[in-house]
Amino acid sequence: MEYEISITPGEVESILKAGLPEAEVHVTGDGRHFEARIVSNEFEGLGLIARHRKVYAALGEKMGNEVHALSIIAKTQAELGG
Amino acid sequence: MEDLQEKVKKQVHGSDVVLYMKGTPQMPQCGFSAQVVEILRRCGVTNYASYDVLESMDFMAAVKKYSNWPTNPQLYIRGEFIGGCDITTELYQKGELQKMLDGAGSKSDEN
Repeated sequence: MEYEISITPGEVESILKAGLPEAEVHVTGDGRHFEARIVSNEFEGLGLIARHRKVYAALGEKMGNEVHALSIIAKTQAELGG
Repeated sequence: MEDLQEKVKKQVHGSDVVLYMKGTPQMPQCGFSAQVVEILRRCGVTNYASYDVLESMDFMAAVKKYSNWPTNPQLYIRGEFIGGCDITTELYQKGELQKMLDGAGSKSDEN
């Protein structure tokens, strides 16, 4: 298996924070597979697909390339509070 | 590439339940694909169309382009894009996936 360019969870987190300035972002991962926990009130009223698309958009071209796989937990403050 | 878009479109609308995955349901090549296969099994879906995106890079690219979604697996029910592994899992845990699959024609009769 060839592993091309790799990226750290910290870098993924920085990119997501830049793209989603309103959000609380926490990323873990092994350089290929990552898990992102994102809390943002911008998810309010959005379905699951729309939330994921927002996160993917923040990663741009990196998604599917350096970031091979990303598990996403995208919630609003209210959803966590409940 | 247009031909491949047409091919994906036909596949998506060719069966009630369509899964794009890495590998096959019998031999998944990725943990996320394996998880969606398992969820479909638990939902009693025995007869669905699965397509291996590892078949070619062009095919995988076409599948991603069609849904405008950057990863696989990808699940469709009655032509509607449902999502990848995370969303499928969340919908399953909420009991919503079972409702979406109900009467999809590919649910086994025993169930």
